[in-house]
Amino acid sequence: MSNNVLVLIFVLQLNIMKNFLLSSIGKKVAMALSAIFLMIFLLQHFLINITSVFSEDIFNMLSHFMGTNFLVQFILQPILIAGVIFHFVMGFVLEIQNRRATKYEYQKTRGGANSTWMSRNMIWSGLVILSFLILHFIDFWIPEMEYKYIDFMPDDPNRYHHELVEKFQDPLKVFFYCFSFILLSLHLLHGFSSSLKSMGTNKAYTSSVKTLGYIYSIGLPAGFCFIAIFHYLTH
Amino acid sequence: MKLTLKIWRQKNSESKGQMVSYEIDNISPDMSFLEMLDVLNARLILEDDDPISFDHDCREGICGSCSLFINGQAHGPDRRITTCQLHMRKFKDGDTIYVEPFRAKAFPVIKDLVIDRSAFDRIQHSGGYISVNTSGNTQDANSIPINKEDADNAFDAATCIGCGACVATCKNSSAMLFVGAKISQYSLLPQGKTEASRRVLNMVNQMDLEGFGNCSNTGACEVECPKGISLDNIARMNRELLKASLKK
Ligand code: SF4
Ligand code: FES
Repeated sequence: MSNNVLVLIFVLQLNIMKNFLLSSIGKKVAMALSAIFLMIFLLQHFLINITSVFSEDIFNMLSHFMGTNFLVQFILQPILIAGVIFHFVMGFVLEIQNRRATKYEYQKTRGGANSTWMSRNMIWSGLVILSFLILHFIDFWIPEMEYKYIDFMPDDPNRYHHELVEKFQDPLKVFFYCFSFILLSLHLLHGFSSSLKSMGTNKAYTSSVKTLGYIYSIGLPAGFCFIAIFHYLTH
Repeated sequence: MKLTLKIWRQKNSESKGQMVSYEIDNISPDMSFLEMLDVLNARLILEDDDPISFDHDCREGICGSCSLFINGQAHGPDRRITTCQLHMRKFKDGDTIYVEPFRAKAFPVIKDLVIDRSAFDRIQHSGGYISVNTSGNTQDANSIPINKEDADNAFDAATCIGCGACVATCKNSSAMLFVGAKISQYSLLPQGKTEASRRVLNMVNQMDLEGFGNCSNTGACEVECPKGISLDNIARMNRELLKASLKK
């Protein structure tokens, strides 16, 4: 009996959360949550990649751990992929809904008078990042999956560093890589503080969120570009 | 001043509408924008032409009816004012000025520059009030101690005049600044707390039903709002909705 009551409460709760998530604010919060999740992932990704600049061994060790750990491979990786897909699909859905809500175009607009270019063009910076991600998948992720789970190649804990360096020997690739990170920076310059605002952050934190946002949004993409250019120039 | 006006003309809600050009001369820089339109209308009437319909009432920035998207900005180029408070001295002799109605799917044009903002009324009706019991035993509001910061924030939120500039200027036609202000105004005060959950759920639901877009925090609304309603009200509404959804 008490089990039935618990199930009923759970179903009711799910139903309420469904209503919340389907509301305009719920969608906004869901978008923000996926953004925060992706930003945490990106920071972690950066912290590992930056080690490749100063220590081949540490980079190999960390990459080997990430590439072979069960929790990372079979739990965190699928969650990450789901998060990426959710963020993009939701971004498109919201864009379509918003275009429907505006419907009529003004003959003359001055968007720059009241908002930043970044905030008005999240869909475009997002699309560049999406195309980068597709290439990144083809370039890094698919060969990695093939190596491990299709070809069942022997486990080589020292292969990661030279594989990474090799990828950055093509100047065109380095250029597109850096270009995408500039767009990512623009995306984050709005997205970082926007996601925290969507979560309802109190105004007492506005200025610290802003400062932290600048540091993250400029520092992180610049760091990724530095890694690419460093390996291109030094090898 | 001599000006070229490009004004949106639309016979009724069904017709297509287009921009029509008017040359106008002898405009005093001290006239308000609406007075300038009055001068043009007086001429159109003399010429047996259809005068331009536009909304206005108080002409002192408190009723929120005057709207207009002027040269690409809600209420024109100045800040913290409504169109009736905009003066012609903000423009230069020889300027071309674009005058369009506030646009959003939820704000259909009725005629020329007049739009239907009843969507805001319906949102208000769904919860933007407190059900006061006037039995005679009601406590005097002044005797209820209220934190100064909360009182100030509630009062700031209450200055929203429902003009719709936030929606008109938003690239997503989102009404969240308006709804956020209306929710904050009550939820910060003890009198409004009792119905806070029901209010936020119903008002957000009505806002979505009216077909307004989703907020993406561009902040344009806050800049264009004649009363300086802050984005914090949207953040507060988000918190209130989350709280209410979990409580329900
Ligand atoms: S929030 Fe500001 S812009 Fe929006 S309706 Fe209220 S007063 Fe007008
Ligand atoms: S006419 Fe009342 S605010 Fe402009």
